[in-house]
Amino acid sequence: MRASSLMLRGMSVILVACGAWSALTLAGAARQDASQKSKAGASTRAGGLAAWQQVYSVLTHPRCINCHTATNYPQQGDDRHRHFANVVRGPAGKGVPALQCVTCHQEANADSTGVPGAHNWYLAPLSMKWQDLNDKILSSAEVCRAITDRSKNNNLDGAGLLKHHEEEPLVLWAFQPSRRIDGNLRTLPPLTHEQFVEVTRQWVAAGTPCPQNP
Amino acid sequence: METYKLTVNGQPREVTVDPGTPLLWVLREELKMTGTKYGCGIAACGACTVHLGGVATRSCVVPVSLVGSRPVLTIEAMAEDPVGRAVQDAWVSHDVVQCGYCQSGQIMSAVALLKSTPKPTDVNIEESMGGNLCRCGTYVRIREAIKAASQQLK
Repeated sequence: MRASSLMLRGMSVILVACGAWSALTLAGAARQDASQKSKAGASTRAGGLAAWQQVYSVLTHPRCINCHTATNYPQQGDDRHRHFANVVRGPAGKGVPALQCVTCHQEANADSTGVPGAHNWYLAPLSMKWQDLNDKILSSAEVCRAITDRSKNNNLDGAGLLKHHEEEPLVLWAFQPSRRIDGNLRTLPPLTHEQFVEVTRQWVAAGTPCPQNP
Repeated sequence: METYKLTVNGQPREVTVDPGTPLLWVLREELKMTGTKYGCGIAACGACTVHLGGVATRSCVVPVSLVGSRPVLTIEAMAEDPVGRAVQDAWVSHDVVQCGYCQSGQIMSAVALLKSTPKPTDVNIEESMGGNLCRCGTYVRIREAIKAASQQLK
């Protein structure tokens, strides 16, 4: 009896161990499968379009789109109102001689005065407008077409767009916009910078697909 | 508190202040240069305009920690500057000033405009001076004085 009991106990241990190993193996396989599916999905048109929608959600956040206007002036605030102090675009998107962007916007955020700053503060060119003259945000398809048109986007290919999202100081600023003059933090885009770069990478890997109209 | 070495109107100056102190208050309170005026404190009126590295700059919103090595020019130096002198002469001859509070900022912006655009159009003037407010409404005389200074400088 004692021997058979020991044998049964031993078999139970082996069975439990095998079960646990199988469960772990299956779980690992499932994660790997999901990861592979994610990577594979991103390289398909559908996956690329899904990634693009994430990119679009960032581009159309006020921290980004306020300087991608169709008008002669930038916007500010989450309500995207016209920039105060009669600021105008100027010939190069940097304002005019006595009222340049850098008249206020310095190389870094000015926390004590609430003025945002980063290297080379300027307004995106009109070819990169992401809203219309009535301040209505352009559709996902329209923004996508503009951003992938090398005659409009400073001749950037997919790799160039990814690099722009990874390194451009004004893009980086959008994710670290610091405080407003009232001391409250500016709102952030819906993704972190790391997530933004990753979805851009997936979109580029899929061939920068754009949605159909609208 | 930190110590900053600045070049103001060509002179080396040293101040020990909180890094977040706006340049305006460094000029007015630490260096006792009161020609630069406090208007709104949020860069909305232009009364505090100085030149920072040659760029017209709202000193009320620029912390001293972000000035770096860029030279600061204020209204006190304009009489020694050819363009500044021409603008000030035109200001006098056109009797621009009413209460005068905004005028040092107006002159600093006008000088920046003329150094970049010696023959400004009305649109150039309106756009460049658009951030400098004058509650006395001397805008017409400001525009005429800028044109006169431009003529004098040709």
